[in-house]
Amino acid sequence: MKISVQTAAFDLNAEVAALYAANPKVGAVASFLGLVRDVNAGDGVTALTLEHYPGMTEKALARIVEEAQARWDILDCTVIHRVGELKPTEPIVLVAVASSHRQDAFAACAFIMDYLKTQAPFWKKEMTPDGERWVEARESDEAAAARWRE
Amino acid sequence: MQITLLYFARLREQFGTGSETAALPAEVKTLGELVAWLRARGGAWASELAEGRAYRLAVNQDMADPTTALKDGDEVAIFPPVTGG
Repeated sequence: MKISVQTAAFDLNAEVAALYAANPKVGAVASFLGLVRDVNAGDGVTALTLEHYPGMTEKALARIVEEAQARWDILDCTVIHRVGELKPTEPIVLVAVASSHRQDAFAACAFIMDYLKTQAPFWKKEMTPDGERWVEARESDEAAAARWRE
Repeated sequence: MQITLLYFARLREQFGTGSETAALPAEVKTLGELVAWLRARGGAWASELAEGRAYRLAVNQDMADPTTALKDGDEVAIFPPVTGG
């Protein structure tokens, strides 16, 4: 398992390959890549700054991965979340899950992202032509996480 | 009882600080009582922590709720709902 909070960019192909290259039991890897968009709530976004709570962030992500491991058959998993200033088209987050079969990989990947969005202490501030503003939490993200508890 | 308080994102900016050490009066025993004590400072403390405002609480880096009991040396964080991913 790899959990990393970092300012540096990451290599999607290398991260995914690392999940299966040394493990012939892996039959499926599902991955999610989150990117900075150039528009939000109808306004242009020129950059994002991501703040986090060092210490709690890593602990929260580890707990989310542990819960996914308890629910699905996961052989390996990587969660990378970037912090600091990022521009549109830059990757923010990678969740990649390796399993024997696709169903567990897909479900665990979606679960980890839904929980990350509502439980991991990250905050986005957007730079727009009208100035900077903190991104508001979305109810649709809470609903997405809640469906796993039904 | 002495605790460390941490603030993040909008709350850090509104309160004008990211952290402080606070010596709590004897009657402040829970997280909810701590928030009420901070609210009594007035200004941004009263408005950001007002009833109905959305904020989250953590004690020693785990999400917590207002009924959580506090103990000496705790690290308490107050922050807006998270927006990562």
